[in-house]
Amino acid sequence: MTTTTACTGTPPKDHAAPEDLAVVPVRHYGRWIAAVVAFAALIGLVGSLAKNHNLHWDVVRHYLFAGLIFDGLATTLWLTAAAMAIGLGLGTLIAVMRLSTSPVLYGLGTLFVWVFRGTPLLVQIIFWGYAAALYKYVMIGIPFTDITFFRAETNSLLTPAIAALLALGLNEAAYTSEIVRAGIQSVDTGQTEAAHSLGMRPALTMRRVVLPQAMRVIIPPLGNETINMLKMTALVSVISAHDLMSNIQDVYAQNYQVIPMLVVASLWYLALVTLLSIPQAWLERRYGRGASRAGHLSPLQRMLAGSARTSTKKSKNSDNSKEADR
Amino acid sequence: MSAPMVHARGVRKHYGKLEVLKGIDLTVERGQVCCLLGPSGSGKSTFLRCINHLEKVDGGRLAVDGHLVGYRRHGNRLHELREQEVAQRRREIGMVFQRFNLFPHMTALENVMEAPVRVSGVGRAEAHKTAQRLLDRVGLGDRAAHYPAHLSGGQQQRVAIARALAMKPKLMLFDEPTSALDPELVGDVLDVMRQLASDGMTMVVVTHEIGFAREVGDTAVFMDEGVVVEAGDPKRVLVQPEQERTRAFLAKVL
Repeated sequence: MTTTTACTGTPPKDHAAPEDLAVVPVRHYGRWIAAVVAFAALIGLVGSLAKNHNLHWDVVRHYLFAGLIFDGLATTLWLTAAAMAIGLGLGTLIAVMRLSTSPVLYGLGTLFVWVFRGTPLLVQIIFWGYAAALYKYVMIGIPFTDITFFRAETNSLLTPAIAALLALGLNEAAYTSEIVRAGIQSVDTGQTEAAHSLGMRPALTMRRVVLPQAMRVIIPPLGNETINMLKMTALVSVISAHDLMSNIQDVYAQNYQVIPMLVVASLWYLALVTLLSIPQAWLERRYGRGASRAGHLSPLQRMLAGSARTSTKKSKNSDNSKEADR
Repeated sequence: MSAPMVHARGVRKHYGKLEVLKGIDLTVERGQVCCLLGPSGSGKSTFLRCINHLEKVDGGRLAVDGHLVGYRRHGNRLHELREQEVAQRRREIGMVFQRFNLFPHMTALENVMEAPVRVSGVGRAEAHKTAQRLLDRVGLGDRAAHYPAHLSGGQQQRVAIARALAMKPKLMLFDEPTSALDPELVGDVLDVMRQLASDGMTMVVVTHEIGFAREVGDTAVFMDEGVVVEAGDPKRVLVQPEQERTRAFLAKVL
């Protein structure tokens, strides 16, 4: 303490000590005005929507919890989950293929990404929906011989729901593979070398050392993809896969209440997306272990903690401050 | 008379057209500490990485404990080793890196336990006990639950040494283990290495610590531009070198 007073040189001429003076923060008048205007505009918009009779809130209320809507929701949810599972599994495989030293594996992986990322999802969905027009039967056997192990009609296998799942899953795999590849490449090669020097084989190294670290980079864009997927399932209504959007369309095709029904759909999509961000935050925390100090806090804690966090950290580290120089 | 721990004859290595190792001859006997010194780019780290097959040798013969690195002899033919065989051989060779390379998503204890549990199939309880003992040995018993990000460089490097020792290696490779450390943290790491040497571990150490090489090393090898310039008793090589290149290097670092 003595050194700091020595450094300030001549003491202030005023009688009050610096720590007794009141602090006046900068006043952002422009910001306050902007906030009031924006808020007023929002109230106006909500009010006009609430009073608009064309919106038919009674229709919205009637259908919001209808059985038909819940059926659609169930399809949308399992379709999202299953398509993401296919996307993540196949995507990881393709990412590893594209990082392989084998030119054949690299080429095949690249070809897959090129095709499924390069054509519109809507085209792919319709394609799988009408695949029976290309192959009437699905057969598994040895090519160029008469030996078949399995044979079925394409139409009986590729129901609209399965076609939708295939289209969404394969398309997702193309995108996910790039996310996973970026994640794997973000891990320092020293990690692989260290694992190898301990006698870990490449597959074990990937599973135990590289992928857990890649997850930190992979999860945020993957959360994006999941949210996107939930909404993209609406596209499968073109092959009537009975997802939420298909059922909504079925209703407004009969009662012509397009806007109210779209409000019902939007409310449900919004609700689901909100729910989805919870596991994402949890996963980010799980894979952030050891990486950053903030990684151990939930988003809520992080918002509330603010400056308090830094002070607790300091006291925690003080016991090994002699050596911990980072 | 058993084979020497490391036996190199005419070892060559090139990256494209650049020749990094131009015929290295070197022998490390059991229980000896061999220090590799030389300017950066002299190939000493590359040679070290050849010993546990992180780099593939392009020419010459390199054997560890009588086994050719990367090959299996079958009659008059040499068969390249498969992934799992390479991994098998690496278990017996510990390596410590300049930049520690601890697994950041595991605690110090988990870092040390990982390979014994996943590679050697040791039970968790037993691995836990061994890992704790090794951390005690490097003076970090009370840091077992810390993640690497919460340890200093010197502490991380000592955990890395414990991690390598957990596989009970018969040979330890050190690739500039103290080069990334703040000067005041170097001593702790060198102490652990000194202790390891006096316990009889065979060690190959790439280092710029002339003092350590002189005091602990059984042989000092001076390399420059991919060849061994001078090798022998550190007290001679590092005090009264015969070669002009060695003398010039020592004049710069001392």
